[in-house]
Amino acid sequence: MNASDHAHTHAAHAHAAHGGPPHASRKDYVVGFVLAAVLTAIPFWLVMAHPLGSAALTALAVVALAGVQVVVHMIYFLHMNSRSEGGWNMLALMFTLLLVGIVFVGSIWVMHHLDTNMMPMTAQAARQMP
Amino acid sequence: MSSKAHLHLAAGRDGPAFYLSEDHHPENSTLLGFWLYLMSDCLIFAVLFATFGVLGHNYAGGPTGARLFELPMVAVNTAMLLFSSITYGMAMIAAQSGRPKETLVWLAVTGLFGCAFLGLELTEFVHLIGEGHGPQSSAFLSSFFTLVGTHGLHVTCGVIWLVTLMTQVARRGLTETNLRRLMCLSLFWHFLDVIWIGVFSFVYLLGVL
Repeated sequence: MNASDHAHTHAAHAHAAHGGPPHASRKDYVVGFVLAAVLTAIPFWLVMAHPLGSAALTALAVVALAGVQVVVHMIYFLHMNSRSEGGWNMLALMFTLLLVGIVFVGSIWVMHHLDTNMMPMTAQAARQMP
Repeated sequence: MSSKAHLHLAAGRDGPAFYLSEDHHPENSTLLGFWLYLMSDCLIFAVLFATFGVLGHNYAGGPTGARLFELPMVAVNTAMLLFSSITYGMAMIAAQSGRPKETLVWLAVTGLFGCAFLGLELTEFVHLIGEGHGPQSSAFLSSFFTLVGTHGLHVTCGVIWLVTLMTQVARRGLTETNLRRLMCLSLFWHFLDVIWIGVFSFVYLLGVL
């Protein structure tokens, strides 16, 4: 039983190693490209033409569209899924996203509080500091 | 693709021993290792983005992003990188179907788009520095040049790697080793495009807003 199992897994691995894990398809790339192009064009249009009026609303839309586009790139260009490399890719990505969140939100949070607790100073005064 | 390892319990002479019915396959772990490298690179960019997030509004009485950035140029730049992504995809498809000539052509096109991107970015940098808005002018410009410059440096390395791989493919053909290398560069190249989404959204678009 063991011998045939070995032979089987070896064959499977040889096959997997041959073309890299996911065999990319032309359709995947075209769909990904069209989605990415649309998701890039919309935020540029939103900022350049100001159809939404409010700056805060535009900023929110730009950030949301960026998030969607990152996911599109991950799926269609980087071929991410929960099965690649036995799930280790996804695990590493999740861990990294957690760290990115901590670094990003933490920095801005801490530095904002630091900023509000500092003595107010104009740019002029800051330049004349010793 | 059967990566499920079966754990066997064997009662040998020296008592029970655990072993995996699968050997280690170094050729398979390269992509996972490269992915882990990309994730660590992602953290570098996260730190630079956070720095820009903190310092991005400290203009030191100098010009703001709204005055400096030219969105049409950024849009063209973004398009260059996006085109290079799909042409690299075409190169990968050609490589996996075993067509070396076609692979080389698509790789060359990808490299040209990459160079166009770098050219436009350098033009922008030279223009900014020439007008006296170099990285030393304000915290905003320091963090801007660091973040965008680091991305540009990555793209430069990607182009050098691309040329190296083109030579490899031209000389040795689409061997298994070369396919693995192409796959790694594919991850790297698309990863840089993902970072650029963050750059054009957070730095340029939100900066102009």
